[in-house]
Amino acid sequence: MLYREAGQFKTTYAADQQLFPIRQDRIGLMLLAVAFFGVPLFASEYWFSAILIPFLIFALAALGLNILTGYAGQLSLGTAAFMAVGAYAAYNFQLRVEGIPILVSFICAGLTAAGVGILFGLPSLRIKGFYLAVATLAAQFFIVWCLTKFPWLSNHSSSGVISAQDVVILGFNFDTPVSKYLLVLAIVSVMALAAKNLVRSSTGRAWMAVRDMDVAASVIGIKLMPTKLLAFAVSSFYCGVAGALYAFCYLGSVEPDGFSLDMSFKILFMIIIGGVGSILGCFLGAAFILLLPIFLDYSLPAVAELFGLPFSNATVSHIQILMFGALIMFFLIVEPHGLARLWQIAKEKLRLWPFPH
Amino acid sequence: MMKTFKPAVAAAAVSLAMLSQAAVSAEQFFPIPSFRVGPYGANGQSFYGGFIDYLNYVNMKEKGVNGVQMAYEECETEYNTAKGIECYERLKGKAADSAGPIHVMSTGISYALVDKSAQDKLPLTMMGYGRTDAVDGSVFPYAFPLVTTYQMQASAIIKFLRDKNAGSLEGKKIVYLYHDSAYGKEAIVALQAEASLNKFNLVLIPVAHPGNEQGAQWLKIRQEKPDFVVFWGWGVMNQTALKAAQKVGFPRDKMIGSWWTGSEEDVIPAGDAAKGYMAATWNVSGKKVPVIADIEKVVYGAGKGNLQDKDKIGTILYNRGVSAAVVSVEAIRKAQEKFGKGKPMNGTQVAWGLEHLDMTEARIKALGATDLLPEIKTSCSNHEGSGKVKIQQWDGAKWVPVTGWIEGNKALIHPLFQASAKQYAKEKGITPRDCSKEK
Amino acid sequence: MNFFLEVLVGGLLSGVMYALVALGFVMIYKASGVFNFAQGAMVYLAALSVVGIMEWGAPLWLAVVLAFSIMTAFGIATEKFVLRKLVNQPPIALFMATIGLAFFIEGLAPMIFGSEPRALDLGIVDEPIPWILDNWNMVISKFDLVAAGVGAVLVATLALFFQFTRVGRALRAVADDHQAALSIGIPLQNIWAIVWGVAGFVALVAGMMWGARNGVQFALTFTALKALPVLILGGFTSVPGAIVGGLIIGASEKLAEIYIPPVMEGMFGGNFGGIEGWFPYVLALLFLLVRPEGLFGEKHIDRV
Repeated sequence: MLYREAGQFKTTYAADQQLFPIRQDRIGLMLLAVAFFGVPLFASEYWFSAILIPFLIFALAALGLNILTGYAGQLSLGTAAFMAVGAYAAYNFQLRVEGIPILVSFICAGLTAAGVGILFGLPSLRIKGFYLAVATLAAQFFIVWCLTKFPWLSNHSSSGVISAQDVVILGFNFDTPVSKYLLVLAIVSVMALAAKNLVRSSTGRAWMAVRDMDVAASVIGIKLMPTKLLAFAVSSFYCGVAGALYAFCYLGSVEPDGFSLDMSFKILFMIIIGGVGSILGCFLGAAFILLLPIFLDYSLPAVAELFGLPFSNATVSHIQILMFGALIMFFLIVEPHGLARLWQIAKEKLRLWPFPH
Repeated sequence: MMKTFKPAVAAAAVSLAMLSQAAVSAEQFFPIPSFRVGPYGANGQSFYGGFIDYLNYVNMKEKGVNGVQMAYEECETEYNTAKGIECYERLKGKAADSAGPIHVMSTGISYALVDKSAQDKLPLTMMGYGRTDAVDGSVFPYAFPLVTTYQMQASAIIKFLRDKNAGSLEGKKIVYLYHDSAYGKEAIVALQAEASLNKFNLVLIPVAHPGNEQGAQWLKIRQEKPDFVVFWGWGVMNQTALKAAQKVGFPRDKMIGSWWTGSEEDVIPAGDAAKGYMAATWNVSGKKVPVIADIEKVVYGAGKGNLQDKDKIGTILYNRGVSAAVVSVEAIRKAQEKFGKGKPMNGTQVAWGLEHLDMTEARIKALGATDLLPEIKTSCSNHEGSGKVKIQQWDGAKWVPVTGWIEGNKALIHPLFQASAKQYAKEKGITPRDCSKEK
Repeated sequence: MNFFLEVLVGGLLSGVMYALVALGFVMIYKASGVFNFAQGAMVYLAALSVVGIMEWGAPLWLAVVLAFSIMTAFGIATEKFVLRKLVNQPPIALFMATIGLAFFIEGLAPMIFGSEPRALDLGIVDEPIPWILDNWNMVISKFDLVAAGVGAVLVATLALFFQFTRVGRALRAVADDHQAALSIGIPLQNIWAIVWGVAGFVALVAGMMWGARNGVQFALTFTALKALPVLILGGFTSVPGAIVGGLIIGASEKLAEIYIPPVMEGMFGGNFGGIEGWFPYVLALLFLLVRPEGLFGEKHIDRV
């Protein structure tokens, strides 16, 4: 009843093409924006440092992967490595270029990652499917190895660990969790909106055509090479910026081994659980994958106590892993197209409610 | 988008409920970001089992420290940095009024926590791992690489080899076989310094993570024909190395490992291949240590033991967990002497306690921890406090210490820390404390 | 030259160990088109079942038999409760489900059998054969030779099974074309259950060899990472491809580890060892650029 677009007339093409064509969506989005920017009023430091900041950063990385996998159809398992490139590039730009603004460093970090992404995207012109996925593992292991092996990249630190510099913009030092959160939020919002726009542009449509069938796409005149490489570049740019934020606004100090294959998988989980080929899905997936273990952490011991089960600590930890795997399988069985699809279905239902027939 | 919010709100409610429960007075809270699953889960189970058992032991045997009970909460990190941060942030909220030293037992997590813990004024202890230049307490007031560091340990191992070789290593060849990560790389500077001092040849051979395949490395070692192999492995890399050494016929009693390669978990799966292998340690194994025997009697007697598998009592890592807890509790005791007996100590006060530890042989004996720890005397400029290790050998069934305490070459190694700490202070814009004014 | 040969032979023998794991992947991919990422976890589960059951007092042979029944039951359950419900979903969803399965096993197995690393003694010592060492000054491990023999027997058995049994022929039919196989009356779901059982058996063999070599512990799950480049090199669908790929990867990565870092050190200075993590992948990648379907993979023809 409330969620119905009846009566909302579009009188111009501009109005018809806007990002959020339904008024209720716009209102919802505004409320959400207010909520996110208003969170600092009541959330605790734990929420910022341990949940909201990583949530936004991982959502950004998932966005990057989703552009590549969900829109352009190229499965990649090397996301974490591109994040590592971004993190180390941002660190080196800050370190070596005198007086460079931090935001410019972040952009340069993204561009560096994009360059590396293009390089590792080249095989995609010949290799497809799971063969490509395993080939992207080459990027994952090779990049991390390079970061370990060239001491120049970590400013000759004996352990290979870098500590990110302070984040200062126009004299303001973003050193509290709240300020870092707001900075990350601003960057992620801008980039998410840009992505939302990008995927419905001609570029985005070309990507989707390539995803659905690349031979067919080339027949209708889409040049495969630039299209695929652009997808790799844009995707790596997003991952690179996410990596820079990961180092500068979340962990503070990172080592190459931190950007492990596990992390790449985690981001892949996010887009699959959230919804392949959906911007919203990235956020839903990131929230799900990050919050699920924490939720299990809190709830399992409580459940165990409730039923008087003699769980040792190790058992509880094992059950958490087990439940995590089981829930992933469960969600895939229930909705293989991800949480974003569930939301879509809910939207359909809402439009018809309360008279579904 | 509402979907994101619902679980978030639910989790917030849960965490709030948890917060209110923890606010009980006259308790000393220990945040314990532990790990019990994953590739290194077995190590974590022993270490944190020992740690928690000792805390309970203090509560049961001595009614706490001057009446203050030891409380703790664990959080599973899976040895993963991001999860470690989440755990730290989660536990931090409860550690505002009283905070025991935090042991994460992971170099990656402790690196990420060095800055955060200083900001939050919580003491971060890194016993035998982590950021080693934190030895310089003037730059790192809240980080404590207690007992000994990778570099001092490497130096002590070289000293042991020198003594074994009639006082000189000149012209000898030593291979350093290491896990190619921050953990393995830390010791290289120390070994290089020792190599130029003692005029031996150092060959560096890295092993890629996880190290479950070392055929090439060991064939290279066979070709190099080194006199000794100094070995810095972790997890599966340890057993693989021992097996591979057997495969190429390299004598195991010429392999000396770091203390993360010298536990029962590391050698038992290698079977006979491990016999004769040596490793550094600062605590002995076995139940002969009075406090270990007493824990078994008091804590396990009352059925409150933390370990599922009681056979692990007295293993190297279990005893190491106990030794970590002994130091932590001693720091709290020390802090209470200064800031008020019978009160819970906050992070700053505990850090003060850690910085003023003075555990003499007699004190260690009084605690029943003989052979669990070397003498420790910390100060503002020395957060390590000891730098001593023992060398132990695996006889096929148990670890046997073969030396007394060996101290690394402090004059050679500590300046390396200070230089590194200075660079860090410069990068981060930290003004170091003046240690001469600290008392 | 002697050293070169030693490294080469050592590498080839390690390659057999990789191929053992890769075979499990091939079995399942061939028959059901699922890229089963849980194969590494299955290797862990199988090896852990063997040592776990032995700890409860069973002799080795009984433990192996019981572990095999566990693996079979597990495979059938996976097929029944997870994969069957995901029929006709995009391959990425199936792939994802197997990652979920991997987590499930990684939690379940140590919960039942305990997580501390243990030794598995098969009675073969991993030490050089004295005769070869004395005469040619080469290290060839007894254990590796036995492993190579086991690998050969396993491949031969599988080949015979595929070629000459009724079930094997049905398996090949299903691998060729599900729809067509279904239409001539081959019970698809039974076949898939059998495939998972066979994959469980392969995992058991791989788990016992790897477990005896490095100890039975969580890190057995990492063996999957060694098998992936073997897979893309050999092709996802080819049993001989897995073996040949394993041999190539094993030999080349060992030779690379010995001979490439010194060259790089000459170029850049510093220490460049430890390339085994990525070298097989880059090698496989370069190879794919020439032959996108792997050595023995089926040629993929796109139709618009």
